[in-house]
Amino acid sequence: MLRHAVADLGAERFECAASGRLGTWLVCCVGVTMLLTAISLLVGTTSIEESWKWLLSPDAKSSVVLWQIRLPRTVGAWFAGALLGLAGAVAQGVFRNPLAEPYLLGTASGAALGVTVCLMAADASVGGLALMGQIGVTGAACIGACAATLLTVTLSRGVLQTASLLLSGIVTAFLLSAVTSLLLLTKPEIWREMQTFLLGTTSFISWSSAILLGIVLCICIVPAVLLSRGLDALTLGEDTAQSLGLSLPWLRLTLLGIVALATSTSVGQVGIVGFVGLVAPHLVRETLSVNHRQLLIAAPLGGGALLQAADLVSRWIIRPAELPVGAVTACVGGSYLVFLLWRRSRDG
Amino acid sequence: MAEARAQLAADPVVLSCRDLTVAYGSRIVFEGVSLEICAGQWTAVVGPNGSGKSTLLRTLAGLTPAKAGTIRLQGRRLSAWPRRERARNLAWLAQTAAPTELTAAEVVALGRFAHSGWLAHRKAEDDASMHRAMRATGSLAWAQRRLSTLSGGERQRVHLARVLAVEAPVLLLDEPTTHLDPPHQEDVARLLREQAHIGGVSVLSAIHDLSLALTADRLIVLGHRGVVGHGTVREALAGDWLSAAFCTRVDIVEHGGVHLWKPALAENGAS
Repeated sequence: MLRHAVADLGAERFECAASGRLGTWLVCCVGVTMLLTAISLLVGTTSIEESWKWLLSPDAKSSVVLWQIRLPRTVGAWFAGALLGLAGAVAQGVFRNPLAEPYLLGTASGAALGVTVCLMAADASVGGLALMGQIGVTGAACIGACAATLLTVTLSRGVLQTASLLLSGIVTAFLLSAVTSLLLLTKPEIWREMQTFLLGTTSFISWSSAILLGIVLCICIVPAVLLSRGLDALTLGEDTAQSLGLSLPWLRLTLLGIVALATSTSVGQVGIVGFVGLVAPHLVRETLSVNHRQLLIAAPLGGGALLQAADLVSRWIIRPAELPVGAVTACVGGSYLVFLLWRRSRDG
Repeated sequence: MAEARAQLAADPVVLSCRDLTVAYGSRIVFEGVSLEICAGQWTAVVGPNGSGKSTLLRTLAGLTPAKAGTIRLQGRRLSAWPRRERARNLAWLAQTAAPTELTAAEVVALGRFAHSGWLAHRKAEDDASMHRAMRATGSLAWAQRRLSTLSGGERQRVHLARVLAVEAPVLLLDEPTTHLDPPHQEDVARLLREQAHIGGVSVLSAIHDLSLALTADRLIVLGHRGVVGHGTVREALAGDWLSAAFCTRVDIVEHGGVHLWKPALAENGAS
């Protein structure tokens, strides 16, 4: 009798695991994002008092600064962070490795090479300058990132072996970095411009890039969430996932496509911003136990808030000058990972 | 489901293989294996370590490619089955499961993937199957616990529930009794027998514990050079297949209608 009572209790509770805490988490993320957006309108090259005055009594100049520079920048930073958070969560699921991150397919070095080539071409000839005007630094970075992903997948001969994919990603990263360094040796004057890109920057985001990031986020998140059961199945092992009726090659290809698209787009718009993609999923997992459907919704929200906060900090610390946002995320994300490690070793 | 099982009654051979050869690189695991597995029977696969029990089950599940030979599931070549349809008809349990942060209910729900697919929401029918499977394996009480917080034996029962939730007419189980204490090993053995005798399912399971394996309907005895024998427990004992497979004397005693493995150590201790 007692056994049946327990059994029935279990039946009723099949659905509601952890969803309450997920709700709290989402509300917190949205709240933090709202707050950060509001604050970011006040922070810039002018003093806060002046920004406040601008907000209360806008004129032509101030409304351009507030609504055409500061708002798209913070919105774009949120979208880019969300893309990185999503890419990180998907990559960690596909590779079944908590250390996987968005750039592990060689995207970052591919983007860097793309930008180098683009800057060199612009420097070298009028035709190159025209071309660069057409695609821009962001376009070049995106193309470079996509090409690097293709190279990685080609090197590992498809997506079937995760170990060889990871290795190919490392090989691609080293190879393309070496080429970039060689190119920079021949043209040291573009080094400075490159550096801005390599350290990650949110200062170039306009409304058009923010909208682009937003569209790509929508394109990526929908299939990722639809395929989240596949990621859940993958946690049980690849053989088990296959025995459940999943097509592994198809699933991997689609998910890696999502990682590549999300990462290349964000790299194109904000440069190489480390640690957001790695840390955002961990932040979610540390605070609530989730399956992949919940993770893939929560991690982008967390990543967005993270990059937005980092953007704010980068504008604040040495104002009116700015720090590269990638440096801020590296400091914050790195310390958080060290904290996680420390806590794990303490808990045994 | 009912249709599938009715069809089985007409065609008792559910899973068969002919001249199956499997090799990892140049190392041949087994060669020329032909077997027929019938509906409503529980078959235990026994043999020494490295004799290819897991490989045989993996190959029959379509996870390890065979070098030669054919496998047929319900008369149709295994490779000709559409993926999801095959997963509805044949469920496989891994020897060791990867650690996961999912809850027990979420893991068992994955067993229904082949029925519901990517987009469909879980139906009442799926919940009912999950419920039956978890009740049968005694894992309902921790449905909402994360697998990482369960003991090895509890986890094993959750994975068993996931396999049962598929409600496939063929179950291939690699060491379903790993990590279980003896009473729960017996529970699993009873469960497998019920699945076979009452549910009409063909159960094929690798089992290390010889006494437990001898409670099955039939035995497949693997040695280091392939199949030593495939038949009823009585046939296996009459032909002394176990001694041949393990390359050492294996004593089986009968006690109250039950066959038990008697370790030679016990004899030495007595003398």
